[in-house]
Amino acid sequence: MASKNIVCPVCGASCDDIQVELSGERISVKNACKMGNAKFQEIVSSHRIRQPLLREKGAAAVRPAQWEEAIDRTAEILAAAKRPLIFMGSETSCEAMEVGLHLAEYLGAAIDSNSTVCHGPTAMGIQEAGRVGATAGQSKSRADLTVYWGTNPLESMPRHMSRYAVYPRGYWTRRGRFDRTVITVDPRKSITAENSDLHIQLRPNTDYELLSALLTLLHGKRPHHSVEEVTGVSISQMEEMLELMKGCKFGSIYVGLGIVSSYGKHRNAEAAFNLVKELNAHTKFVIGALRGHCNVAGFNQVASYLYGFPFGLDFSRGYPRYNPGEYTAVDLLRERDVDAALIVSADLVSHFPAACAEYLSEIPVACIDIAPCPTTMISDVVLPGVIDAMECDGTFYRLDDVPIYFQPFTKSSFSDTESNADTME
Amino acid sequence: MAEILLRPKGSIAIMVEAEVISPNIFAGKNKEEIEGLVVWQGPVQLPLAEFFDVDAKGAGSPEETSIIIKGDVSRVKRIGQGMKAGRIEIQGSAGMHLGAEMAGGSIWVRGDAGSWAGREMKGGLLHIAGSTGDHVGSAYRGSWRGMTGGTIQIDGNARSQLGGGLVGGQIVVAGNVENFCGIRQSGGLILVRGSAVRGTGAEMNGGTIAVCGAIKQFTPGFVETGREENPTLGDVQLEGWFAKFTGDYALGKNPKGSLYCREG
Ligand code: SF4
Repeated sequence: MASKNIVCPVCGASCDDIQVELSGERISVKNACKMGNAKFQEIVSSHRIRQPLLREKGAAAVRPAQWEEAIDRTAEILAAAKRPLIFMGSETSCEAMEVGLHLAEYLGAAIDSNSTVCHGPTAMGIQEAGRVGATAGQSKSRADLTVYWGTNPLESMPRHMSRYAVYPRGYWTRRGRFDRTVITVDPRKSITAENSDLHIQLRPNTDYELLSALLTLLHGKRPHHSVEEVTGVSISQMEEMLELMKGCKFGSIYVGLGIVSSYGKHRNAEAAFNLVKELNAHTKFVIGALRGHCNVAGFNQVASYLYGFPFGLDFSRGYPRYNPGEYTAVDLLRERDVDAALIVSADLVSHFPAACAEYLSEIPVACIDIAPCPTTMISDVVLPGVIDAMECDGTFYRLDDVPIYFQPFTKSSFSDTESNADTME
Repeated sequence: MAEILLRPKGSIAIMVEAEVISPNIFAGKNKEEIEGLVVWQGPVQLPLAEFFDVDAKGAGSPEETSIIIKGDVSRVKRIGQGMKAGRIEIQGSAGMHLGAEMAGGSIWVRGDAGSWAGREMKGGLLHIAGSTGDHVGSAYRGSWRGMTGGTIQIDGNARSQLGGGLVGGQIVVAGNVENFCGIRQSGGLILVRGSAVRGTGAEMNGGTIAVCGAIKQFTPGFVETGREENPTLGDVQLEGWFAKFTGDYALGKNPKGSLYCREG
């Protein structure tokens, strides 16, 4: 049977127009991009983890286990720890994240999510400067200038340009691409840059200086001449860019990790938010982040509305505390400042610095995942993951912080759990 | 006079938060009372004696109280937080938030200090003989007001965001700094005898920064206003010719920050 309007659980675009047809061991997918299609194929993949796995104390290999046994052991690991870390990956639902947050409060644990190594600095920049934002729909209808800064959506969020930002015809942008100017700021000649009207090719790790120079120009002063050599961008090119920005009717900047995970981090983000704030004295301008995973924005939202902080929360004193660099997952692992971990839907061993991965292999770890990966290999308990938006319902926050409720097109593969939220409970 | 010796009992696994290690809290307490003061290790509360051997001699007010830590406490955070008087000497390295919000008295660290040392400090002297992490003397998350008074002296290097949001007081670094030294500064003085990487004085609106070495990526929103020979900044006399800049014009149209850079 074919299902329509399925939400894609891959990138932050959270496309909600996917059509799938699942018949036995085959799944056919329409409307999704390559990345999305690959994830839908996982549901019938022979790699899926179909049964809980457990490592006996001291044993080298894991053995298949019963659900109850595996869940008891996970609870034991968390209860025996002095200070556990809970990591909620960004490809699971807000509902599962909420359970994780409450569990962290109960245990006095630290809890973090993918934005800690992703758009965390963007959230910190928002805290410093505030943000003028808009929904994807608003930008689609109104924006006649699109700026991609430090991001290459044609490869990282393949449908962003076609669904939201550049090509679609909106109410005030009837001719689609012809009604919009596109600027890309990127050290590389990416395919997005090639498809833009203006490419500002700055040197890597000089975003702050470029933003700062634009702000200085906006305040009527000529930036210090060294900025040309530092950024590799001439002041006249900066002026050209600024004129385009001031002259548009509605400008929309999308920032990627090129801004917030290059040197300068949240200071870069803060400068970008300040620039947008001040451009609003000339025209309407908004800014948002291109989020990598379907629900990486969700953790920021849920943690903020429940406990006041967007990521890297510490409950060791019974109340939430927040200090990136101190309570964030990478720092806690590098400093060996936690002694057990529960990892949900994330492969930290592959994506974190080597020192963190090494420490994870030394402490007791339980994880929930759909397929074998380095993290499942170092775990003492592996609980099979349920695939959100395919096998259970729930909520994702899209890149523009709009909540998207998703419904499944099939049931959980397991009789013992309906969803990751259910497993966590 | 009171002198309290703390000897670390061995290595610490999960880091300990010990804001109780402060002359204001130790003053007027005997050995047993000090041993029983509560510190935090993760979510668990434990007595200080779990981690330190305590020796106490004499008695006195906070002003007359000296605390000497004989060994490395780089996994102990918040030592001397909020202290108002007295003296702490650490004969090793110290963990994060050392002397945060301190208002008086002095701390002397013979080794290095972690990030956030002297955060939002109001007065007193914090002397670090080694190097420090990030955010020394700066504002905490969510605030633009950092240190408001007192002196921080660093004999080694400091990393990034040194003196972020500095409002008053003085920070002197004998070595180098990295990024965003004096970001959002609105008063006070930062003197860097070595060099800086980038973002020096970024978003600055008042106060003074002087860098004697090179700045790798100069902050674009600073405009040169003149030159000065042997300028005197606060109670510090510098030697040589300095270019003087005003900024940061990226922050607004009329910023009042001063940045001195040694020429040549
Ligand atoms: S753009 Fe993102 S959400 Fe849309 S189909 Fe591709 S991977 Fe899925």
